[in-house]
Amino acid sequence: MAQPIVEVRNLRKTYGDKVAVDDVSFAVEPGEIFGILGPNGAGKTTTVETLAGLRHADGGTVRVLGIDTQRNPGAVRDHLGVQLQEAALHDKITVGEALRLFAAFYDDPADPGELLELLDLTPHAGVQFARLSGGQRQRLSIALALVGNPRVAILDELTTGLDPQARRSTWDLVERVRDTGVTILLVTHFMDEAERLCDRLVVIDGGRVVAEGTPAGLIDGLESERTVVVRFAPDEAARARGVLDALAARHPDVLRVDDAGAATEVAVTGTRRVLFAVVPALAEADLVPEDVRTVTKSLEDVFLAVTGRQYDPQATDTEQLEGARS
Amino acid sequence: MTTTAPAPTTARAAGSWRGFGRLLRTETAVWLRDFAAPFFGILFPTVILLGVGLAIPGMRDPITDAPPDSVWYGLTPVATYLPTVLAMAVGTASLTVMPVTIATYREKGVLRRLSTTPMRPQGIVVAHLVINAVTTVVGAALALVVGQLVFGFVAPEQLGVVVLSFVLGMAAMFTLGMLVAAVAPRASAANAIAMSLYFPMLLLAGLWTPGPIMPEVLRQIGQFTPLGAAAQSMTTAWFEQGFPLLQLVVMAVWSAVALPVAIRLFRWS
Ligand SMILES: Nc1ncnc2c1ncn2[C@@H]1O[C@H](COP(=O)(O)OP(=O)(O)OP(=O)(O)O)[C@@H](O)[C@H]1O
Ligand SMILES: [Mg+2]
Repeated sequence: MAQPIVEVRNLRKTYGDKVAVDDVSFAVEPGEIFGILGPNGAGKTTTVETLAGLRHADGGTVRVLGIDTQRNPGAVRDHLGVQLQEAALHDKITVGEALRLFAAFYDDPADPGELLELLDLTPHAGVQFARLSGGQRQRLSIALALVGNPRVAILDELTTGLDPQARRSTWDLVERVRDTGVTILLVTHFMDEAERLCDRLVVIDGGRVVAEGTPAGLIDGLESERTVVVRFAPDEAARARGVLDALAARHPDVLRVDDAGAATEVAVTGTRRVLFAVVPALAEADLVPEDVRTVTKSLEDVFLAVTGRQYDPQATDTEQLEGARS
Repeated sequence: MTTTAPAPTTARAAGSWRGFGRLLRTETAVWLRDFAAPFFGILFPTVILLGVGLAIPGMRDPITDAPPDSVWYGLTPVATYLPTVLAMAVGTASLTVMPVTIATYREKGVLRRLSTTPMRPQGIVVAHLVINAVTTVVGAALALVVGQLVFGFVAPEQLGVVVLSFVLGMAAMFTLGMLVAAVAPRASAANAIAMSLYFPMLLLAGLWTPGPIMPEVLRQIGQFTPLGAAAQSMTTAWFEQGFPLLQLVVMAVWSAVALPVAIRLFRWS
């Protein structure tokens, strides 16, 4: 096992009597895209900003490239690229100026021209920051995080506010950067982003790690429940719901019946054999489904399983605190 | 995974100044794109001097109502206005331009962004001190040259003391500006604090009642403020014989007290 390139142990950080990070530990291996996933206010930004030596920890240790960044933050700056969630540039600085400026701070910088090319920013090199679109700003922000040729890059919420097209191209970009050998710490509150990009991840909720592993491993580790969503003709939906509710009450393979968004749809959750129970019951009642589909599990189900709550990326802080206390 | 993570070779305790030249150049170029900041810093003193000298009747007529043995006798009122204009050049850049720039950078997260790089965030503060100090000197020089061409002034009695007063005035006002930048949480607050200091200071520096016509009570109060002391000691050094010790000490004390406080209170985010 390689020595971890980033290591966080029992990190704790409070703002006054507000606990932002309660107890967070994880280790990142060289060359991976490591995710920090959690709803708003979970403590993700606080964790990575403390890791980058920008905030003082109240407890625990943080190491990047073997260096304690709380004691000696200056020592990693040349090798740690950071894209902050909330940081802008002067409105009137151009893309090219910003890249050349940041390049000048580093010992062994990347070629600003090549970075512009990699991030599709070459046509915008002369454009002032205030005139860039959200996606262009994010790409510039990533470029600035990479311009020092870092060994580790922290990217905090890099696709928030982007349209689906821009998100997907940003994802491709992150993979390309990883392929150049940079270890990436990806902070996000998007489940799909984490699932798509991360080799491994921690799920943080209320300042604590509630799950850790590979996305596939976490999903596979769920209770082997299956959910089948069945759609009926509008005039039969109510009767179907009754039949399925009755089924859930008597059949051991059917655990519960829920609404599934549309009024004509019913979600039936049960064991791996749930479909075998549903189909004969419908046949017996002569209810012909318009559509049947099985629901694939995602990280959202992992979150539900470990916290007991639906994943709500916009959860308010008070809910978070209650989550942390319980 | 076989790679290990050796410690970086270049271990620096708290950031470096590598790239400061580029930072200063870029900040200057970007700052010049903002029309208002360069305009106020560089042209404002000249505009005020010309406006006062040309628009107010009698400003160019030699003073004859002073006692004939007084230093003011025979000077033009616009000439007695010169120290005030120089003080204003100092006050404008240090108090109205620089703190707002720094507070804006803090508000937008530029200072924080810089903290993640090897460059110390102090670099950008120093860059703006340099930019605004140069602006002040250029603005003052322009006012002097244009004023000399348009009105003609007497040479200073004590040139060295004029320069010393100007430099100490800059030191005191820029530390005060740093104090405003340090405590203002946002750019709007920096602007509000700066303006509420700027106008009383202009009053005490003689914008409405320069040199000889300043009421005694204003003069008494003004000599203990950085900008009032600067204007008074420049007036003394330019037209009179005495050494403006009190005013120079006042400016030095302001600098010495405000600087450590500003550094202590300064927040990077
Ligand atoms: N400077 C601060 N002062 C006081 N409280 C803070 C500060 N920064 C963050 N917090 C609080 O700490 C908690 C964790 O915040 P943090 O920004 O780390 O969350 P996050 O997981 O990054 O959330 P988001 O998804 O919204 O970016 C939140 O409740 C937040 O309100
Ligand atoms: Mg965050």
